[in-house]
Amino acid sequence: MRLSKKFVSDYIDIHDIDMKELAEKMVFAGNEYEEMRPFCEATGLVIGEVKECVNHPNSNHLHICQVNLGNETVQIVCGAPNVRAGLKVIVSKVGATLPGGIVIKKATLAGTESNGMICSLAELGLESKYLKEEDKAGIHELPQDAPVGADALAYLDFDDTIIDFELTADRADLLNMIGLAYEIGAIYDRIVTLPEIKVQEQGKSIETYHTLDVQTENCSIYLGKRVENVEIHESPQWMKERLMACGIRPINNVVDISNYVMLEYGQPLHFFDADRLGENIIVRMANEKEMLTTLDGQNRELKSSDIVIANEKEPVALAGVMGGLSTEVEQDTKNIFIEAAIFDPVHIRYTSKSILRSEASSRYEKGIDPNRTKLAILRACELLEKYASGNTCPGMLVHDQAQKEDKTIEITLDKINQVLGMTLTESVVEDILRRLNFTYTKDNQYHVVVPTRRLDVNIKEDLIEEIGRIYGYDHVVGTLPVVPMKRGRYSKKEMMQKEIRRRLEGLGLYQVITYSLVSEQECNLFVNDNRERVQVLAPLSEDKKIMRQTLIPSLLTVLDYNLSHNNKDIQIFEIGSIYYKEDDYKEENMVSGLLFGNYMGNTWQNNVLKIDFYVVKGIIENLLQYLGLTGRYHIVADETKKDMHPKMTASILVDNEEVGYFGKVHPKVSKKDIYVFEISLDRLLEKKVRTIKYKEISKYPSVHKDLAFIMPKSMESEQVMSILRKVGGRLLTDIDVFDVYEGENVKEDEKSIAYSLTFQNPTKTLNDEEVTEIFNQMIHEVESKLHIELRSK
Amino acid sequence: MQERIQEIKEQLQSKVSTVTTLNELNDLRVEFLGKKGSITELSNYMREIPNEEKKEFGSLLNTIKNEANDLLNAKKEELELEELQKKLNDETIDVTLPGTKLTVGGTHPLTKVIDEIEEIFVSMGYDVVEGPEIEQDLYNFEKLNLPKGHPARDAQDSFYITDEMLLRSQTSPVQARTMDANLEKTPIRIICPGKVYRRDDDDATHSHQFTQIEGLVVDKNISLADLKGTLEILAKRLFGEDREIRFRPSFFPFTEPSIEVDVSCFKCGGVGCPICKDTGWIEILGSGMVHPNVLKGCGYDPEKYTGFAFGIGPERVAMLKYGITDIRNFYTNDVRFLQDFNRVEGGE
Repeated sequence: MRLSKKFVSDYIDIHDIDMKELAEKMVFAGNEYEEMRPFCEATGLVIGEVKECVNHPNSNHLHICQVNLGNETVQIVCGAPNVRAGLKVIVSKVGATLPGGIVIKKATLAGTESNGMICSLAELGLESKYLKEEDKAGIHELPQDAPVGADALAYLDFDDTIIDFELTADRADLLNMIGLAYEIGAIYDRIVTLPEIKVQEQGKSIETYHTLDVQTENCSIYLGKRVENVEIHESPQWMKERLMACGIRPINNVVDISNYVMLEYGQPLHFFDADRLGENIIVRMANEKEMLTTLDGQNRELKSSDIVIANEKEPVALAGVMGGLSTEVEQDTKNIFIEAAIFDPVHIRYTSKSILRSEASSRYEKGIDPNRTKLAILRACELLEKYASGNTCPGMLVHDQAQKEDKTIEITLDKINQVLGMTLTESVVEDILRRLNFTYTKDNQYHVVVPTRRLDVNIKEDLIEEIGRIYGYDHVVGTLPVVPMKRGRYSKKEMMQKEIRRRLEGLGLYQVITYSLVSEQECNLFVNDNRERVQVLAPLSEDKKIMRQTLIPSLLTVLDYNLSHNNKDIQIFEIGSIYYKEDDYKEENMVSGLLFGNYMGNTWQNNVLKIDFYVVKGIIENLLQYLGLTGRYHIVADETKKDMHPKMTASILVDNEEVGYFGKVHPKVSKKDIYVFEISLDRLLEKKVRTIKYKEISKYPSVHKDLAFIMPKSMESEQVMSILRKVGGRLLTDIDVFDVYEGENVKEDEKSIAYSLTFQNPTKTLNDEEVTEIFNQMIHEVESKLHIELRSK
Repeated sequence: MQERIQEIKEQLQSKVSTVTTLNELNDLRVEFLGKKGSITELSNYMREIPNEEKKEFGSLLNTIKNEANDLLNAKKEELELEELQKKLNDETIDVTLPGTKLTVGGTHPLTKVIDEIEEIFVSMGYDVVEGPEIEQDLYNFEKLNLPKGHPARDAQDSFYITDEMLLRSQTSPVQARTMDANLEKTPIRIICPGKVYRRDDDDATHSHQFTQIEGLVVDKNISLADLKGTLEILAKRLFGEDREIRFRPSFFPFTEPSIEVDVSCFKCGGVGCPICKDTGWIEILGSGMVHPNVLKGCGYDPEKYTGFAFGIGPERVAMLKYGITDIRNFYTNDVRFLQDFNRVEGGE
C-alpha cells in the first residue's frame, strides 16, 4: 500500500513531519516499508512558453526554440515532433536534475547552443503505464493557462512524497488513506479529520429504476445509488496525481472517482452503466458453467463458488473481482449505478485466485469496515456531482445484515503488564487508548471500545499488542523466565545421531544435507523394499516430486557435482529420513555414506590407501564397535541388493537382524569404483547397549601362534575363524588375518589365509602344553569340518 | 731415560693428530700400549734402575701411561662424534615435502548452527523435540490459528500430499503436537529443529527445502520481556557478546503480540554497512506470545498460561555469520565448501 503525502494530508496535518522519520516510526509501529521517495525525482523544473520554433538547418528532426521562462528567454534545441510555437511546456533549466541522477548542462546540439531541455512526462520518471499515447510520443503539453515561470512540479501536483508500505496481512485497515491517517495520528498524537460529505439529491428516486434482491449469505451489505447525466472527461490533475502516487492508472473522471474513493475509505466500489444494467439487480452465487464476459474481454466459465451480480437474464459482474463487459462505463455512459458492498472474503479469495487479484479483491479478502460502506457510496456521489457534473437520485437500494456495533474488550492493567513484562501506569495506557481513538470506561478493569475499522483487534492480546507497539517495544527490558530449574534433554534419537555423526567425521567423512524430494528415476535406484511412495500433488519440477526411499541416489548426485568441479576424493555421509506409506505415513531415519577415490596417504610416499570394500568395512565395523555392538554384528555376503555389485556387497546384521548394507555400486549404475553404505538408525536404536564395565588387564604373559590354511577360493574366511574362536574359547584373546595368498605354490582355485592367534589366561601364566593342546585341536577341527589343510604340511 | 720418555710422548702426540678412523686409532693403541707397545716396554727398564730411583721412575711411567690413555680416549670420543654427525647428515630429509594426507571429515555448516543453538537452549533447560516432516494440515495450520481459507496460508504455499497431509511448511506444528500430547498440561520448554518445505523455486535466496528451529515456552507468567531476555542470550551467543536485539511489531497468525527481531549488525557494529543495508540492524527471526487460540486448541487455559514462541532459520544464520551468499551451497555440498567449516572458531 502506497501512502501519498498530499492525499493523506487531507485528513491529518503532517506538513511539519519529515517523511523519512515518519516512515521509520511506522516501522516501529509494525508497518514495514519498501521505499520512500518523491513522486517525481526532479528539481529545477519551470513552466515555459515556446515563443518561437524553427527547424534546425543541420538536422531533419531537431527544432531550435526560444522559450520564455518568465524572467528570461532561453534557446533550447528540442527533438520532440510535437514542439511548436505557442505551447506551454515543462522546462528543465541548466543545473536542473532529472530522475536517474541526470544533470542538465548547457550543450551544443548539431552545432547550436541549447540551454536546457523541454521535458516529456517519461523524462520526469512517470511509469509508461501512466502515459497517454500523445505523452509517449513527445513532450508534455501543458494547458494554455499554465503560469509561465512557475514551478512545474507544484503546478502538476507532482511535488508529492510516496511511502510504499509492505503491510502485514492483518492490517486491512491501513489499505486506505483514512486508515493510514489514524495510524499516523496514534503514533504522533494528532487529530484525524474526516471529509464532510454533501450530496444534493434531485430527480426521481432510485427505486423507480432499480430493485435489489440479494440471494446469498455471502454478501453482508449491498448498497446502490444512481447518479445521472454524468459528463466523462479527464480527471483534475490533483486526482490523477494521487491515483498515480498510489499506483493506479487514471482513466477518466468517473472511473477515477471509484478508485479514489476506494483509496480514501478502503471500500471498493463498482460503477455500472445504469442504462445497460437492467432493472432488477440480483446478488447470487453463479451457476456452474454459467458464462460471463469480463471487462478485459475474456469469456469466463463461472463456478458455483463465485459470487455474481446479475440481472434477470444473466450475470453482469463477478462480485468484488471484476466487472462485466456489457455494463462497463464507457465514453458515452450517461447514468451510473454505484455499487458499494461487502462480500465474503473467502469466496472472493477463491474467485480472485483463479482470475485476477485486483486492488478491490485484495481489500475484500482482508476485510472491509462495515461502517464505511455508506460513507463511501455517498462520497462517490458527491465527487460525481462535483467532477462529472452528475445528479444524484434520491434514495438508496439497501441490503444490510452486517454487525456494525463497535467491539468491547475487557482488560486489566495487570494483564497488560503481565504479558508485556512491563510496568505501565494507568495514565500511560489511557493515553495510548486515546491516541488510538479507542474509547473506554473503567471500573475494576477497562472496557475498551474498539472501532469497527480495526478488524484485527478482537481479543485482549490484540489490545495488548496495540498498547505495546504504540508505547514502543524498545522499552521492554529483557528478563529470563522465572521457572523451576530442570535439565534440558536431547532425545535418544538425537543423541544417537550426534554420536554417529561425530564418529563418521572422525573416520574421515564429511556430512552432507540433500533434498528429500527426488525424481522418478532416482526413486527407482537402490530401493529394495516395495513400499508405497509418498508423492507431492503439485511438484515444482519432475526432479523433485517423490519423497525418497533411500539416501544413496542423492549421495551419487553430490559425487557427480564434486567430480565435475574437480574434487577428486569424496567421502561423505548423510543422516536423514526416508519416507513411505504403509497404513500410515512412515519416516525412517537412515545414515548413508559414499566413498570414492583415495582414502588417505601420499602418492609421493607410495603409501596411498585407495578406497575399496575393506576400507568401507573397516569404517562400518569401527562405527558398530563404537556403538557398543562388538560381538553382536555380522557382515555377510549379500547378492540381492538392488543396484549393488552382487559379489562385492554385504549386509550388516546386528543380533541376526539386518540393519543395513554396504558395498560397491553396480557397474550398470556407474563404471566408477564407488562404495556406499546405508544403515537404518531406527533399527540400530532398538538395540540395547550395556554400560561399559572395565575388565582388569591380565598381568600374565600372552602366547602368540600363527597358522595358515589352504582352502578353496570360494570359501569364506569367517568359516575358519568361527571354528578357531569356538575351539580357542576364553583363552583365545585375539585373532587376526595377517596374510592372504594366491599364486605360486598354491593351486589355481585355492588360496592361503594365515591367522595370528593370541592366547592369554587372565588368572595365571599359560604353559606350553595347554596352548599346544588347543592349537592342535584347532587344526584338527578346521581340517575335519571344512576338509581343508594346514599350509605348512 | 727422560729423553726416551719425551720422545715416545712426542711420537704419540704426532701420530694421534694424524689419525682419521677408529681403526687407525686402535692400531695406535696397540703400538704404544699393547703388550709390545713402546710405552709398555719402558717398564723393562725398571730392572736397570737403581733402587732409590725406582719409585720415581714408577710414577713417571704411570704418568705417561695415563697421559697416553687420555690422549687416545679423547681422540676416540672425537672420532665417534664425527662418525655420528656423518650418520645424521646422511639422514637429512626435506621437511618441506607435504605431510601425509590423513582423512578427516567435518560437520555440515547447517548442523553446526543447529548444534550451537540446541546447546544454548539445552543448557537453559529446554528439551529437544522432533516431529514428522509429513504432517497433518491440522497441526501445520489449523491448530496454529490458520483455519482453511486464511489469507496467510497463501504466503507459505505448501507441498500437499493429500487434502489433509502435507510436507510441513514450518517446524511450528511440533509446538502444537507437544502441547497436545502433554495430557497433564504442565509447563513446556522445548526447541524443535528440522527440515521444512515450501513451494518456492530454488534460487540464491530461496530453497524448496530448508531448516528451521522452533522454540516454545509455556508456563505461568511468561512475558514478552522473557522472550526478549531469552533471545538476547541467543543473539549474543551466535553473533557476539556485544550484540543487541531490537523488537519490531509484526504479524503471525499463531502469536499475539507478534514480534520481528533484529540483531545489531555484527559486521559494522551498528554504524551501517552493506550487510545491514546501512541500517545497523539485521532481521534474524520471528517470534511472539503464543496466541490464546493456539493454547486453547491444545488444551491449555490461556487465562492461566502464557507462552512465547520463536522460529529461526539456520540457513539465514549461517549465511549471515559466514558470509554465504547463495543458499543452494548448503544443498550442493561441494566438499571445498564443507571443508571451509571444518575448524574450531574463536569466541567464548
